[in-house]
Amino acid sequence: MPLNEWIGLLFILAAAPFFLAGSVGLLRFPDLYCRLHALTKADNIGLGLLILGLMIQSLSLADFLKLLLIWLLVLLAGSTAAHLVARSALRQGRKPWERR
Amino acid sequence: MISALSLFDLVLIILLLWLAWHLLSARDLFRATVLFITYGLLMSLAWVRLKAPDVALAEAAIGAGITGALVLVALGRFGEAESDEAEPGSLWLRGLVASAALGLFALLGWAVWSLPTEMAGLKAQVFERMGESGVENPVTGVLLNFRAWDTLLEMAVLFLAVLGAWSLGEAEEPSMPAPGESLLALVRLLIPLIVLVSGYLLWLGETAPGGAFQGGAVLASGFVLLLLAGVRPIPSLMGWPLRAALGSGFALFLVVAVAVTGGSRMLLEYPPGWEKGLILLIEGVLTLAIAVTLGVLFAGGRPPASPGAGKRGEKR
Amino acid sequence: MTMSEFYFGYALFLLLTVAISLIRVLRGPTSGDRMLSAQLFGTSGVGILLLLGRGMEMPALWDVALVFALLAAVAAVAFVQRVWKSGEQKEAKSDAS
Repeated sequence: MPLNEWIGLLFILAAAPFFLAGSVGLLRFPDLYCRLHALTKADNIGLGLLILGLMIQSLSLADFLKLLLIWLLVLLAGSTAAHLVARSALRQGRKPWERR
Repeated sequence: MISALSLFDLVLIILLLWLAWHLLSARDLFRATVLFITYGLLMSLAWVRLKAPDVALAEAAIGAGITGALVLVALGRFGEAESDEAEPGSLWLRGLVASAALGLFALLGWAVWSLPTEMAGLKAQVFERMGESGVENPVTGVLLNFRAWDTLLEMAVLFLAVLGAWSLGEAEEPSMPAPGESLLALVRLLIPLIVLVSGYLLWLGETAPGGAFQGGAVLASGFVLLLLAGVRPIPSLMGWPLRAALGSGFALFLVVAVAVTGGSRMLLEYPPGWEKGLILLIEGVLTLAIAVTLGVLFAGGRPPASPGAGKRGEKR
Repeated sequence: MTMSEFYFGYALFLLLTVAISLIRVLRGPTSGDRMLSAQLFGTSGVGILLLLGRGMEMPALWDVALVFALLAAVAAVAFVQRVWKSGEQKEAKSDAS
């Protein structure tokens, strides 16, 4: 297997903990505002690494650009969705969680 | 050793059944809505595993872009009133319904079980004559050439659906918060990309999974997004241009279907050499017609008469 | 283990993380929490499609992933614009269920 496949594989593997952290965070964090972090940070870094790995493995420019576009779109969707949901929650007067 | 792929399929099937059960039995309508959206996305994975990327593409576009938003908007219109738990019927009635459902399930199960496991279908015939279809993607070949008849009638169904929705009344002016900067920025970034990807899918349909329905559904999601952001449609386009766009898919298809007949050729039998051009023309117009149709269905009624024009349009 | 087996195993792992986050859809407590789970699934779904596309050697699946990514925000926009606008009374009810 060529070297770039191996390096790509490393990045793909490195993504796994972030996906897991996203799901566990969504489940374990105490309130909506905390869960936003689980979602948008972990998951998007996870997908970012996965896509970076696939980019290194693929040697065609079209694939490279398509993967980049997919990642940027997910970033855009994730961050905007998180912002919109958080803004709605704040406008409804939901208080962020505090350690008692 | 069990392969990872069969384990994936197993988990996918369990998840689908689990989701279906929970979404049917959810007492909270919003919970059911989110489960339904997730179910649609998982179904698209199921189509992928069934090696039907064309359907997966359509499911992804329609599920993520249109049905999800449609169900959410419907829920927003219902408001709190309908969220109450329905009275569970008497034990006798529930027993009756359960046994009827189980009976149907057994019947369907038996039907599936008695199917032959290896069915050739019409695959061989399709592949044998792909050269005559004018395209390379067998799905497009079937939909737009060998069985174009079905697609033509599907366009008629879509057109009738709009007539039905419009006859029910005018689209309501939805109450919603003014879009913030971030939402407007999202719309500004996404709309050009949506148009681009829609065209890409349309073009792809000739050689790979894609085509008018997928491209149209993606484009329709652009309309959905604009409506959700409170972007008002241009009033001068809401009259005959909108109606023309709605009817264009079915009308053009019909015109082509009739125009190619003559001599020994039947309805929709494209003359040799013309297949690719005609398919591309039909698919291009279909993409726009499908997008406008789905967008109009999302708006949920005929466009309100513009306040300036007067009810009866005295100006004409 | 073949290379494609690796991608399938990875896709299975992502599907399992989706299953975990679906518990949040059931628990809520607010509609916003449920919506976030759906959003997370969008991202994981893109990952699954990319991996399956690689493993099954079906480049078309990357186009499906592209459509997933392109439309990932639509449901969330519909949610904040039309459903979750102001203090809902029904939230209290769904908290209890």
